[in-house]
Amino acid sequence: MKKIASLYILSLLCTPLWAANLSADNRIVESELNIYSARKEALIKPLLDKFSAQYDVKINLVTGKADALLARAKSEGKFSPVDIIITTDVGRLARAKSQSLTQPITATLPDYVTLKDQESHWVALTTRNRPIIINPLTVDADSITSYEDLIKPEFKGRVCIRSSSNIYNQSLVAAMLIQKGEAQTLAWSKGMVENFARRPKGGDRDQIKAVVSGVCDIAVANTYYLAAMRNADETTQAIANKVKVIWPNQSNRGVHLNISGISVAKHAKNTLAANLLIEYMLQKDAQSWYANTNHEYPVDPSIEWSDTLKAMGTFKHETIELNQVGELNGQALRIMDKAGWR
Amino acid sequence: MAIIISKWRELDRWFFIGALISVLLALPVLAILLSYSSLSADLWGHLVDTTLAEYLTNSVLLTLGVGFGSMLLGVTLAWCVTQYSFWGRGVFEWALLLPLAMPAYIMAYTYTGMFDQFGWFDSRSLIGAITFMSLVLYPYVYILAKTAFSSQQRTYQDAAASLGVTHAQYFFKIALPIARPAVFTGMALAMMEALADYGTVAYFGISTFTTGIFRTWFGMGEMQLASQLAGALALFVLLVLSLEKYSRKNMRFYQTQTPAKDNTINTYTNTEATPFISPLLMSVGCFSVLAIAFIIPVLQLCVWAWDYIDISMMDEYLTLVSNSFLLAFSTSLLIIVLALLLSYAQRFSTHPHVSGLTQFAALGYAIPGTVLAIGVLQPLGWLDEQINVVWVFLFDEYIGLVFSGTFVALIFAYCVRFLSVALHNTQNGLERIKPNVDDAVLSLGLGRYRIFSRIHLPLLKKSILAAGILVFVDVLKELPATLILRPFNFNTLAVKAFEYATDERLLAAALPSVTIVLVGIIPVILLTRAMK
Repeated sequence: MKKIASLYILSLLCTPLWAANLSADNRIVESELNIYSARKEALIKPLLDKFSAQYDVKINLVTGKADALLARAKSEGKFSPVDIIITTDVGRLARAKSQSLTQPITATLPDYVTLKDQESHWVALTTRNRPIIINPLTVDADSITSYEDLIKPEFKGRVCIRSSSNIYNQSLVAAMLIQKGEAQTLAWSKGMVENFARRPKGGDRDQIKAVVSGVCDIAVANTYYLAAMRNADETTQAIANKVKVIWPNQSNRGVHLNISGISVAKHAKNTLAANLLIEYMLQKDAQSWYANTNHEYPVDPSIEWSDTLKAMGTFKHETIELNQVGELNGQALRIMDKAGWR
Repeated sequence: MAIIISKWRELDRWFFIGALISVLLALPVLAILLSYSSLSADLWGHLVDTTLAEYLTNSVLLTLGVGFGSMLLGVTLAWCVTQYSFWGRGVFEWALLLPLAMPAYIMAYTYTGMFDQFGWFDSRSLIGAITFMSLVLYPYVYILAKTAFSSQQRTYQDAAASLGVTHAQYFFKIALPIARPAVFTGMALAMMEALADYGTVAYFGISTFTTGIFRTWFGMGEMQLASQLAGALALFVLLVLSLEKYSRKNMRFYQTQTPAKDNTINTYTNTEATPFISPLLMSVGCFSVLAIAFIIPVLQLCVWAWDYIDISMMDEYLTLVSNSFLLAFSTSLLIIVLALLLSYAQRFSTHPHVSGLTQFAALGYAIPGTVLAIGVLQPLGWLDEQINVVWVFLFDEYIGLVFSGTFVALIFAYCVRFLSVALHNTQNGLERIKPNVDDAVLSLGLGRYRIFSRIHLPLLKKSILAAGILVFVDVLKELPATLILRPFNFNTLAVKAFEYATDERLLAAALPSVTIVLVGIIPVILLTRAMK
């Protein structure tokens, strides 16, 4: 027992030393760039490492949920060490801007960059789409040409989609809200709930698997997940190859579009490196890494897509003001609440 | 007179210590409750009209289900291993603690992945969530009930037997009621954890109070309403805990001696002498629980991890292991010290509010980690600002963030969140020691430190170790608060596992997940050896 007690005291004494040593990483030096990223480390770190090596800038990274990171930046206030905020959804970028957590980007952006905030508070790095995915053996591909078709009575009990807590669905409904108005969006949400094959659960991949296993015939999922499945182990590939992508609303507004994007933090200490990173992320190298490793659509139109993406085909996408999608997120959720979409 | 005055001072000192720690740890909860400064009728109206009823129903069902499930498993298993001898008892005694090292959401992902693979059935339901959570949370009940059962005096049993009481009657009429505080404590911990769970219910698509909090915050962007919901959750837990405490306020169970080792276990070896279940059934039962809650998912994770191991990542992986271990180890030591101080404050101080204060300080356990983290950030952010104001005045430069974004914030959050776990154990241990032991020793002129080191510590050893291990494993598994509060470039195993799992990359998540379990096993084994 004595031994345990002395071990105790020793460790207690050591704790602050150890903590101080590790937290020494927090010092803000000019050649360091501090990033809060809502993108998972594995999906962003390789690019950041390349940037770090090329420009001799030390990158410090914290990943986490977008809103939680924004709340952290907010409570840290003007002493916040964060220079760059990276997120996977336009809603969060809009929210960061409206909470005064960002500042205008000063980097010279390439001409093709159209997906950005009007005051340059954020810029898109990649785009992602949310098409309809069907089992071609059980569903006639011609019977679905739009999101609106999903609520046809013939699809009762045949549609799988994840929870409305998920940001991709919130953005999807928010975008519809802008283009179709509240009444129609509520009617559509109710129609969706009517046609659900099961209570929404699991992630996007689970919906695709459910289509193949026969739980449902139709799903809505981001291309990025399907593409990843088509490049995974053999069993998963076999599942993913059994479904077909339908690009909805091609004759009118286009498929739902979202972005992953980047902002310079309001109280950034190293705006120089921050803007440099943004320029770097929009260069061909980085853009083609996104297209080939993450299977996201690059914003640079000159970059060739990965074979998986090419195989899914080309499409027309929505062209609405993305900040608005972010602003209407809450309202979209309320509509889904009312429709009973959990 | 002089004695009275000095004694008063001492009591007062204990109140002061207790109050100081409690208030400090209660700050984040208070910050969350401050959100009630303004209420939005529109938003609350929307919740009441649409989702609130469902949140409440599901949360209540989940919590009660997990409470019942973990009680059933924990009490039965603890009773078997403390009372009977059967094949494998020595191993089961400690091995049954292992599922504790399994984060509930990892369990959920693993089994769902397995069932998907074989196309069996869909476990993603409320019943599924209750089952998985009970399977990983029953050790809270088990560890406390085991300590309680094994420290019950043999004399009760002998007296009962001489009066012709059967073993089954003895269990229900005597053993269980005496162990009630311990069992309830374990259940309360399991239930609070279930109530605050986000990972499992979110994946299963079950709308609970916790998923509701995040919907409100992330989806609607209404952080204040989310904080209000979290505050309501905390107050509800406070109410239930107080009710339970009140209901047993006149009950006290003491042990007067450390039970001798050979007395603790009966040696019923033939089926006739075991009125409950046969020894074979006990072995099979213990093994089944262990297999379902631990062996099968761990083996599955190992198989997945094997396909994914990349030697070039070894350095990074070892850093993860040492980060996680050091953090969990140092935090659990700190929390034990805090829990002991608070328990003693409660024992020595006669101040009427000390118990209530402690109760309040331990509320963090019921609050979802993410919300709690924000509660931690707010007072620390304020403090950082004040420090900078002073610093500029003194040295004409800013010092930057001293607390936010450092280990101070992270460890503080762990203390708030997990104090409850340690406190329940130490309080339970202390409550079993008669106060007149203290008086006797004091009258011999020995100080309180001596009482602690000579008398209490040997009696408390098991409780302290149990508290240590529970907190260690909890910190190791902790995710949401770690995710938000950790310093730059600092990852833990739980963070890694979570990032892969939520990206729906189960195979990549397997290695960090199984490592959490393996690192969690080390203290379980140490604990068992120390208990012998």
